[in-house]
Amino acid sequence: MDWSLILQNAVGAIVAGEVVTYALAAIGLNIHFGYTGLLNFGQAGFVALGAYAVGMGIVTYGLPLWLALLVGFAAVTVLALLLGVPTLRLRADYLAIVTIAAAEIIRLVFRAASLEEWTGGADGIQGYIREFRALNPFPRGDYGAGWFTYAEDDLFILILGWGLVAVCLLITFLLMRSPWGRVLKSIREDEDAVRSLGKNVFVYKMQSLVLGGMIGCLAGFMFAFDFAVAQPNIYSTELTFFLYTIMILGGAARVFGPVVGSMIFWGILSLTDNFLNQGVREGLIPNWIMNSTQVGQVRFMLVGLALMLLMIFRPQGIFGDKRELQLDAR
Amino acid sequence: MPADPAANPATTDPALTDKAAADAALRDVPHEPGAPKPDPVLVVDDVVRQFGGLTAVDVQHFEVQRNTITALIGPNGAGKTTFFNLLTGFDRPSSGQWTYNGQELAGVAPHRVALNGMVRTFQLTKALSRLTVIENMRLGATEQTGERFLQALVPLLWRKQEQAVTERADALLDRFKLTRVRDDFAGSLSGGQRKLLEVARALMVEPDLVMLDEPMAGVNPALKQSLLGHVRSLRDEGMSVLFVEHDMDMVRDISDWIVVMAEGQIIAEGPPDAVMGNARVIDAYLGAHHDAPLTEEEEEQILAEARGDEASFERSASEEERR
Repeated sequence: MDWSLILQNAVGAIVAGEVVTYALAAIGLNIHFGYTGLLNFGQAGFVALGAYAVGMGIVTYGLPLWLALLVGFAAVTVLALLLGVPTLRLRADYLAIVTIAAAEIIRLVFRAASLEEWTGGADGIQGYIREFRALNPFPRGDYGAGWFTYAEDDLFILILGWGLVAVCLLITFLLMRSPWGRVLKSIREDEDAVRSLGKNVFVYKMQSLVLGGMIGCLAGFMFAFDFAVAQPNIYSTELTFFLYTIMILGGAARVFGPVVGSMIFWGILSLTDNFLNQGVREGLIPNWIMNSTQVGQVRFMLVGLALMLLMIFRPQGIFGDKRELQLDAR
Repeated sequence: MPADPAANPATTDPALTDKAAADAALRDVPHEPGAPKPDPVLVVDDVVRQFGGLTAVDVQHFEVQRNTITALIGPNGAGKTTFFNLLTGFDRPSSGQWTYNGQELAGVAPHRVALNGMVRTFQLTKALSRLTVIENMRLGATEQTGERFLQALVPLLWRKQEQAVTERADALLDRFKLTRVRDDFAGSLSGGQRKLLEVARALMVEPDLVMLDEPMAGVNPALKQSLLGHVRSLRDEGMSVLFVEHDMDMVRDISDWIVVMAEGQIIAEGPPDAVMGNARVIDAYLGAHHDAPLTEEEEEQILAEARGDEASFERSASEEERR
């Protein structure tokens, strides 16, 4: 068994493009759920709109990249308003139902065969990546050294992605220590109390929904750039649940929670994937336990196991404050 | 803790003069339901709230005198809390209107009601558990620049105001003897401390009329005394207080005026001594024939009625849920 390869892949995995995209989407979700208490089960929908704004904007409608990005932000804002206006005045569970349905509608519309001409159908849409790579300031070649060697396009995506993560974390940090963030956290605790103190709860929830959706849209852009294809099945409800897993692993309502959660999530996936694959190949894991095609499923089981262990031994997540959880038990 | 003015009439305590001023203002008000007051802060007309077939609130006319402590009492299910919810915008009436400081308030959103200076607390205390006590207090301040989204990103724009808000909050915490728990999570406070925090937090809004929904529920006797003092001091600082309470000792002790509700209607009004002896009030609390012994048939009839009431209440409650 090649331990150094397993380790190298795992270390590579925790800085890779997936970590960035999932972290961004989870930062948005953290603003919704972690800070404001909005039960958004449709974050995948916001991400999908971002990715398809890039794909369809450039390929279908021939827009320049910057305009496609603006269209993405506009689409996400409209979606947030559409979801929020009828549901944010109601109890939290209504938002959950509406968002999960809306995200599925968005995915199914994008993969509908009758719209294939515009959306690319189930295969998705590609052919826009040249527009993005034209912006790459790094000349052709390999960068970095040893384990961290990247081609120019990968390097560009990583630097751009981590830059966006840093900016979003800074914004979250600044907002959540401001009086505005205090109102959001208070709404999470008890919105009637906040109303009785003269705050327009509806407006704050809407601002939170739009802001978190915008960050989800950024994640969608990064998805589109990283995969070079906008494909509908990536943006299923599963994505939203992975984002919740990531947020809870890192610790909800913590600035760095989503980033660390995303690193742990992808780190465990890479570790178990490499370990199990090598084990199966070298006959250390007999075939009656699993074969190489089953490894893909088993590694998600192990992520689930890690999540369970975390909930048992550190229920507040990596960054959480245990004192806060004990309050709920009173 | 100011001494009870009645027990020590020689004192020149300002509380005495404020109590006297309140009594003087209410002296010529007739002791009857819906009596007009010389200087009302709140005037309510024909407010009706129905839950399905049940009329929970039906108040024809009601006024609250400015700068007094007015108690709203009545047996369980009399509609006191519903009435509170209606007045503060947390529930919508089937019909009716009311004015606060001459301003029409029917249909106004709860946060606007609070910004107008009419601030309420809740029967089940709403401390924001996972925020610290001082953050709970800061939240109460109005017109904070830092509560706007874009300004929030630039601490320079709101830091000064935040300091002023914190100073005001600390002064109130000191007054309510909560300074020791300033940096604890509000969820770790005792029930009584939460009540104190909720009242202190409401004062951060700088209200004109404070509406307290059962401020004494679940508060231990020692804390009760200090809470009584705090409520009195609200009046002495020029605010008006309207409170719902079951604790009759408290009601008798601090109220300038008592309003009694039963089955959604106001059935009596007056100063404490007059109301406590009122036959209609005693009937409402104890039943009309409380001094005659019940026969077995009567007892069964009452029980059957109670069961019927419960069933119809549940029915209307579930209709309300569906609505």
